[in-house]
Amino acid sequence: MSSIKFSVGPQHSGIGHFRMKITLQGDTIIEAEPDPGFVHRGAEKISETREYLQNVPMIERQCLADVSSVTLAYAMAIEELADVEVPPRAQFIRIIMCELSRIMSHLYWLSIMGIFLGHSTMFMWSFGNRDIFIDLAERITGSRVSYTYIIPGGVRYDLPDGIKDRTMETLDYFQGRLKEHDAIFLSNPIFKRRTKGVGVLNRADAIRMGVTGPTLRASGVRGDIRKDEPYSSYDKLDFEIPIFTEGDSYARALVRFKEMEISSSIIRKAFENLPEGDFKVKVRKKVPEGEAFSRVEAARGELACYIISDGSAKPYRLKMSTPSFRNLPGFSLLKDSMLGDMPTIYMSLDYWPPDADR
Amino acid sequence: MNAVNIPQIVNLQQLIMFIFGVLKSELFFKIIIFPGIFTILITVSELIWLERKYLAKMQLRVGPQYAGRIAGILQPVADFIKLLFKETIIPEKADKIFFQIVPIILVTVAATTLTVIPLSETDVISNLGVGLLFTFAILAMFPILALLAGWASNSKYPFIGGIRALFQQISYEVPLWFSALGVVILAGSLNFVDIVRAQETFWFILLLPLGALIFLVAMTAELERIPFDLPEAETEIVSGWIAEYSGMNYALIMLSLYIKLYFASAMFTALFLGGWLGPSILPPAFWFLTKTFIVALVLMTIRGVLPRVRLADLIKIGWERLLILSLVNIILAIVVKLVLLGVY
Repeated sequence: MSSIKFSVGPQHSGIGHFRMKITLQGDTIIEAEPDPGFVHRGAEKISETREYLQNVPMIERQCLADVSSVTLAYAMAIEELADVEVPPRAQFIRIIMCELSRIMSHLYWLSIMGIFLGHSTMFMWSFGNRDIFIDLAERITGSRVSYTYIIPGGVRYDLPDGIKDRTMETLDYFQGRLKEHDAIFLSNPIFKRRTKGVGVLNRADAIRMGVTGPTLRASGVRGDIRKDEPYSSYDKLDFEIPIFTEGDSYARALVRFKEMEISSSIIRKAFENLPEGDFKVKVRKKVPEGEAFSRVEAARGELACYIISDGSAKPYRLKMSTPSFRNLPGFSLLKDSMLGDMPTIYMSLDYWPPDADR
Repeated sequence: MNAVNIPQIVNLQQLIMFIFGVLKSELFFKIIIFPGIFTILITVSELIWLERKYLAKMQLRVGPQYAGRIAGILQPVADFIKLLFKETIIPEKADKIFFQIVPIILVTVAATTLTVIPLSETDVISNLGVGLLFTFAILAMFPILALLAGWASNSKYPFIGGIRALFQQISYEVPLWFSALGVVILAGSLNFVDIVRAQETFWFILLLPLGALIFLVAMTAELERIPFDLPEAETEIVSGWIAEYSGMNYALIMLSLYIKLYFASAMFTALFLGGWLGPSILPPAFWFLTKTFIVALVLMTIRGVLPRVRLADLIKIGWERLLILSLVNIILAIVVKLVLLGVY
């Protein structure tokens, strides 16, 4: 039986900046070779030519759906180097921003998932919901998408007046909409049919491949940096993390869906427990010699940042380990699946090419 | 029939008289103006506008707004004119003759199906005795044309799309036929006018709800619309068999797809919703078109709320569910017919 070889991307509708070379036999994918690197910008090398603070807007562009987590990992590493204690209020504001980012990122994922399954209403509704959070972020930080809000030493501005009520209104509306989303999209029989049992990643394989984030938690592994290695006062808030054991695309979808609700409740709790005080401490331009490692739970999984400083105002070496790149081995799930399942599996991993390529 | 008698043409005067005769004839009016090409184009452009506006409302958007002042009602016309001026790109390795001929055949064939659909008792271009058979024969051409387009493009995605179109066809043609067969049993005729007349007491959707449902589902697959738009699944195989088409060719293909939508809605109206039948305050053609638009709205709603199914599931639904249900539908139709005839 002859096979067809073709490449999906980098100019494929839906899958942007990324290529997969697929060999198709009949309707079965017998080989899928991911080919990342189309949007590699050399962020790690560029960072060596800039000062610590100047790097923040540059590195947050690697994952525009989830900017807060990237900047938080970077800021935490520098704070460790400079030996600075971040004020409690700043830590809580950081939690609020990170969870807002997580909701926005998951909404982005939900909408692209809709497009990948041919469901344009899902796309429009999720993007519409994401917009109310962008408006909220604009109110807090002054920018809509890349806000450079979390900086070494705290956050750039204090929360504006009346933001608590505004956030609560947004969350009330959003949680109501989430129920509709659940009824219309996730409980849709065709959605279940297309995602259940598709791209099953069992527990052992998930650990062996080193996948992170919702992909890992959908395979029954309890891996979440917010719980394992609490940072930025996450240990002061009570929340649970959703775990599913099926390991298929539907479980991954459910993890993300549940996380949106849990993130909403975390934001509520963070606002209730918001301490008074400073929102920023001064971090000197030149940090002492040494090296530091930090990791946070970004929307897509574990994001680690490693900095070596030689005592100057610029990092000697910055290394970032991003969740999308770590989820790249998950593309081996495509093997032996049908061509029609390719978009589902691709999207259930929530792969973000600029995040992986940096 | 309204056929024009072809006279013995001897000189120029007679030729001119003949042409005038053709222009004045009823058949010419029917083909060109009503219910022919002009009406089809108007209806189809309004269907496109309706779909865009309706989907926009479902998706919390605004939709077309400016072209034509009133709610962007001329947007399809504007799109068509835009595509008219775009460069037609033909892939280097494509089979140029077949590649260009397919869009033209598609539109022609799609419009041909509408010749036998009666907008009212008299507003039908060709009152064919085997109208239903004729439409199915024409419908069977579409996947072959899709495959031809995919093959002529000489490209991988269009080829997969064409093959998928064939798969879809064999899964859905049989249930589609059988569900329409129930109507034929009740009406006792393959002629659309007779079928509509037979519904004067009961619309067939009341007698054969199962058949109507199967027909709608199978027709959605035939139209290659969501949730059965596998031959054009954009995230899997770009645009399937349409992928290589651009400019005017693309416009023609889109036109043919929407003519098919109009035709499918019109066929459902004629078979199950009593065609032109309605209160005689308004002309029969009005009732027919209103019902057609309502059926089209149902198809659009389906597009708005469902994702795409998988190829394996589609074939499974076709062979395992719809085929058996359509056989059950035929038995039901026979029972209903016997009851109506007063046997029991």
